[in-house]
Amino acid sequence: MSATEKEPLFSAKNIKLLTGPLGKNNPITVQVLGICSALAVTVKLKPALVMALSVTVVVAVSNVVISALRSHIPDRIRIIVQLVVIATLVIIVDQLLKAYAFDVSKQLSIFVGLIITNCIIMGRLEAFALSNKPWQSFLDGVGNGAGYGIILIVVAFFRELLGSGSIMGYPVIQKLGLYSAGYENNGMMILPPMALILVGLIIWFQRSRDKSLIEKK
Amino acid sequence: MKSLRKKIDRLKPHFSEGGRFEKLRSVFEGFESFLFVPDTVTSRGAHIRDSIDLKRTMTVVIIALVPAMLFGMWNTGFQHFRSTGVEASFLQMFLFGFIKLLPLIIVTYVTGLGIEFIAAQIRGHEINEGFLVTGLLIPLIVPIDIPLWMLALATAFAVILGKEVFGGTGMNVFNPALLARAFLFFSYPGWMSGDRVWIEGLTEGKNVVDGFSGATPLGLLMQNQTDALPSLKEMFIGTIPGSVGETSTLAILIGAAILIITGIGSWKIMTGVFAGGIVMGLLFNLIGANQYMELPFYYHLVMGGFAFGAVFMATDPVTASQTETGKWIYGFLIGLLSIFIRVINPAYPEGVMLAILLMNAFAPLIDYYVVQANIKRRLKRARVSLNTGAK
Repeated sequence: MSATEKEPLFSAKNIKLLTGPLGKNNPITVQVLGICSALAVTVKLKPALVMALSVTVVVAVSNVVISALRSHIPDRIRIIVQLVVIATLVIIVDQLLKAYAFDVSKQLSIFVGLIITNCIIMGRLEAFALSNKPWQSFLDGVGNGAGYGIILIVVAFFRELLGSGSIMGYPVIQKLGLYSAGYENNGMMILPPMALILVGLIIWFQRSRDKSLIEKK
Repeated sequence: MKSLRKKIDRLKPHFSEGGRFEKLRSVFEGFESFLFVPDTVTSRGAHIRDSIDLKRTMTVVIIALVPAMLFGMWNTGFQHFRSTGVEASFLQMFLFGFIKLLPLIIVTYVTGLGIEFIAAQIRGHEINEGFLVTGLLIPLIVPIDIPLWMLALATAFAVILGKEVFGGTGMNVFNPALLARAFLFFSYPGWMSGDRVWIEGLTEGKNVVDGFSGATPLGLLMQNQTDALPSLKEMFIGTIPGSVGETSTLAILIGAAILIITGIGSWKIMTGVFAGGIVMGLLFNLIGANQYMELPFYYHLVMGGFAFGAVFMATDPVTASQTETGKWIYGFLIGLLSIFIRVINPAYPEGVMLAILLMNAFAPLIDYYVVQANIKRRLKRARVSLNTGAK
């Protein structure tokens, strides 16, 4: 859409695979997939960033792998094969996090493991990777991971700022001196329901800007 | 009055179609119908049985709220002077409370009405009186010391996400006033519970009499201080700490009488809530596992927001059950759950709010089954008469 590269690898169609999930085809706000983890890991910005990155990596790589194997996977056992690929990747991501970012890994706790069950990943494998070439599948994976991640980051930004008064752990509100002016953190922002309400607000915002997303009655 | 009417008539062409301020028509009409009875009437197919409309309904509820509000003002002063140990006359106490409560009422109305006006403008709807009652309910169910910006935020949250998102007045799933309170309760628990917030000035702790506790009866029970509980009479009259309008069961009952006599509030729901509360209270008396459970059941009816919730919150016609049988079930379950949450869950000393919000969500389901049961019953009757007719 906005990118102007003339490379055949990034043809207009391929670019669309990348940018579509960021807006009009967003996995969270339009397809309403992967909501559970969006509620669970968005209390603070840092875990949300790591989660977004992990999911993007898993969905992109598993898309490529499944796409490369797509003509060799028997139709009947394709779900099992997909699960093996995803589980392998998730375990690798989990071990990497434990090795290099132990704190965040502890905060994310089981939710890294639960990436396996994230509907977005299986959804993309079934809907896209099984019937497209590896390069397109890769772009589709990155796009969907990023589309998921961007919502996570927006939600986590507001939840951390309003709920804990900080951004990436930096106490913004305190430095601005708002506490002495009578401001207080909003305890409800830390509770899961508020993530749902924030996602709802994002959907509202998106639909009011793009009328084509509104279902016909 | 006449000059005001003339003024409005002179302004009217500007706001009508083709006028200079055509866009602001809904605002103008909102003010006009607030001041006078609207002069536009239904042109055809009207089914009027009574001259009652939204405006009059709302006005009656406001009148019913006045006793609780006035008592709340006096009690605010009474509690304040009690905590500081200063002698004060009746008028002093009342004026003190009046001055303290007024900002809360103004902030709620300005925020809520502002949002309603803007929403009506954007949608091109008429402005209606939907917020008038909510705007008075909210200040009456919060602690007097609540910071004004929190109150404004909670009101905005309730009106936008509780009401406008669903389509405005009459379309909301949850009671907006209770939603505002729930928002405050979960967002700023420090301001909504404990034994300091209920009495004006106690959070700062200036000039407080030694050993004075501002705990509400429910708060005392949570700490198992059953002996420190005020007498039944005190709790019935309402000279106890608590949210502004909820303390006096007596004043609330006067309001209930007004609502029932005018037919605005459903007596079935109110009776149902009290019946549910009594049944649950008796049940806990039977179990009697701890001090709280052993508390005589009638204490529950005069403590906390039980009476206020039963009379003014549960009876909200938009969020309650619509069918007559449904109203009994709806009310009864609210009463039951209120006392249940109150006694069983120490994290939520006040169960009424959560019980009503929960039942708000279930009200349509109750209605559905009541209607289905009725259809089934009548179908059966029709079949029986058909069969006997054939013989």
